Amino acid sequence: MDIHEYQAKEILAKFGVTVPAGALAYSPEQAAYRARELGGERWIVKAQVHAGGRGKAGGVKLCNSEHEIQEATDAMFGRKIVTHQTGPEGKGIYRVYVENAVDFTREIYLGFVLDRSSQRVMIVASSEGGMEIEEISASRPDSIARSTVEPAVGLQEFQAREIAYALGIPPALTQQMVRTLQGCYRAFRELDATMVEINPLVVTADNRILALDAKMTFDTNALFRHPQIAELRDKSQEDPRESRAADRGLAYIGLAGNIGCIVNGAGLAMATMDTIKLAGGEPANFLDIGGGATPERVAKAFRLVMSDQNVQAILVNIFAGINRCDWVAEGVVQALTANPVDVPVIVRLSGTNVEEGQKILAKSGLPIIRANTLMEAAERAVTAWKNDRKQNTMMRAV
Amino acid sequence: MSIYLDRSSRVVVQGITGRMAQFHTKEMLDYGTNVVAGVVPGKGGETVMGIPVFNTMKEAAAATACDTSLVFVPPPFAADSIMEAADAGVRYCVCITDGIPAQDMIRVKRYMMRYPRERRMVLTGPNCAGTISPGKALLGIMPGHIYLQGNVGIVSRSGTLGYEAAQQLKDRGIGISTSVGIGGDPINGSSFRDILERFEADPDTHIICMIGEIGGPQEAEAAAYIQEHMTKPVIAYIAGLTAPKGRTMGHAGAIISAFGESASEKVEILTAAGVTVAENPSVIGETVARVLNKRAA
Repeated sequence: MDIHEYQAKEILAKFGVTVPAGALAYSPEQAAYRARELGGERWIVKAQVHAGGRGKAGGVKLCNSEHEIQEATDAMFGRKIVTHQTGPEGKGIYRVYVENAVDFTREIYLGFVLDRSSQRVMIVASSEGGMEIEEISASRPDSIARSTVEPAVGLQEFQAREIAYALGIPPALTQQMVRTLQGCYRAFRELDATMVEINPLVVTADNRILALDAKMTFDTNALFRHPQIAELRDKSQEDPRESRAADRGLAYIGLAGNIGCIVNGAGLAMATMDTIKLAGGEPANFLDIGGGATPERVAKAFRLVMSDQNVQAILVNIFAGINRCDWVAEGVVQALTANPVDVPVIVRLSGTNVEEGQKILAKSGLPIIRANTLMEAAERAVTAWKNDRKQNTMMRAV
Repeated sequence: MSIYLDRSSRVVVQGITGRMAQFHTKEMLDYGTNVVAGVVPGKGGETVMGIPVFNTMKEAAAATACDTSLVFVPPPFAADSIMEAADAGVRYCVCITDGIPAQDMIRVKRYMMRYPRERRMVLTGPNCAGTISPGKALLGIMPGHIYLQGNVGIVSRSGTLGYEAAQQLKDRGIGISTSVGIGGDPINGSSFRDILERFEADPDTHIICMIGEIGGPQEAEAAAYIQEHMTKPVIAYIAGLTAPKGRTMGHAGAIISAFGESASEKVEILTAAGVTVAENPSVIGETVARVLNKRAA
């Protein structure tokens, strides 16, 4: 789960990381008022959205007066920001964060991630902050220092010092850097984060170490023990269909294609999307309805997939093991009888009692296209989608 | 032979009184798995389908000599249960639970290191379908009847894709020595490489079918191991060619966050290591059959 920059800064500050003075605003007027409260002569206003790359997309502005703040934020509120991390639909701006501008002499990259090779928390730091880590590892890999943390004892001071020296932090600031690193690690560890990123961490003109930006991502599996983090969820930053699905216990991800997918199991769901692509189509979504594939879940899945206006065909791919195919087929028939859909539906069942399942689908009288293998199902889905589109175009022409 | 699991395995089910656990314990018993004990704190002295329930793993081990465990415990308590199994001297543990916090798994992995290698428990999962040695024993939630006994070793991150492979092989009359689910979580008990090592050493496994997906370094690690150490043929399928970068695709571990973690990069790395990669999931069975025939010829 992602949170906003200002929330991450509030959290990290509690763990001893120094951040600039700042205040949150929900309107241009409030932004100007908050700037006056903060004092100073120059402010940075930043759109609070769950995505990196805001600067280039116009989501960060330096302002020299309250008037400029009002103008800058007026242009932000209600707008969608589109960066390489948001997808083409972008993320809406509903909050801005106003901070005192800071003069700095150096920018550092600092990241804490879950390293899957060592199965530990890894610190990734670079003297080339300000750029994204992907860019740094491509252009200046030599500038990156890494260190993994022994989970039984946590981040040791010597490790933090090693990183400070590797980054060329001035000796007078080593202790501040150690405190910053240890604060980030403790926040990561105690709050079950999966990522903490400060980019840039700067050395200010008046010799302080300051987090100018901050990003934290949390382990959704651990939210049960962090209600205060769970409360920070901001649904305005999520795809509404994805939030709705998550609230119903379904894993759904909207994509740009036209062939909707209903599958049990995450691996099989990805494989289904891939096969559609191989057959010449584009999947409209990822959807894992879980191992069980009960009739209720199948019905929910149909409603969810059909809520995407772009869907022009639906491919149902269920492996029925302990739940037999005949039972899953009944579920599909029930769901389609109760909620008829106006696009072709292709059903591929495999596993236990396939023949029984096929018979039930055939006898239902519903216009279900059946398939034996996943490849066959994908090909039929693509053909049905193309034919359906052609028919629709012809009808429009008439 | 088979790996991890056979007729002599003495199984304890942790969390046996839960609804799902009871259902699957019955399935395992019907399959012929030797389930000897259950463990649920506070329920010691009860029985479930005639199986004695104990409060602690140590009591269960002392009374029943159980050496293999299946963890069906809810996510907040699952890591604790795995560590309890490791401490009670269990040899092999499968954790089915989906949704264990990643940092709990980091702790579990660290905890297990305290035992010398020869006494260290092997863990597969969490968030997996389990392990089956067809005709011998089933430890998990998979439908046993889709697996024929034979000589193909299956190792898969995904549950249902593993079933898909087993069913396709069965349709061709090809059987399986052992099928292991390593699970969809970012931090898991055993990696592809760990399982491949076991299959390489198992005389009853002649060919390995490995089913991977986007996210994480394990497929690339497996490729390096295959190239340097394996004599048996490996065929692979990797799911997620169309998965967008940076999104979690159902499995907590299925997210492309670094170089080499996308499906196309994994396919490339595996192909370069001499692995036969099935282009789509419908041809996994066919591809195994083709490689087997080529070897027989």
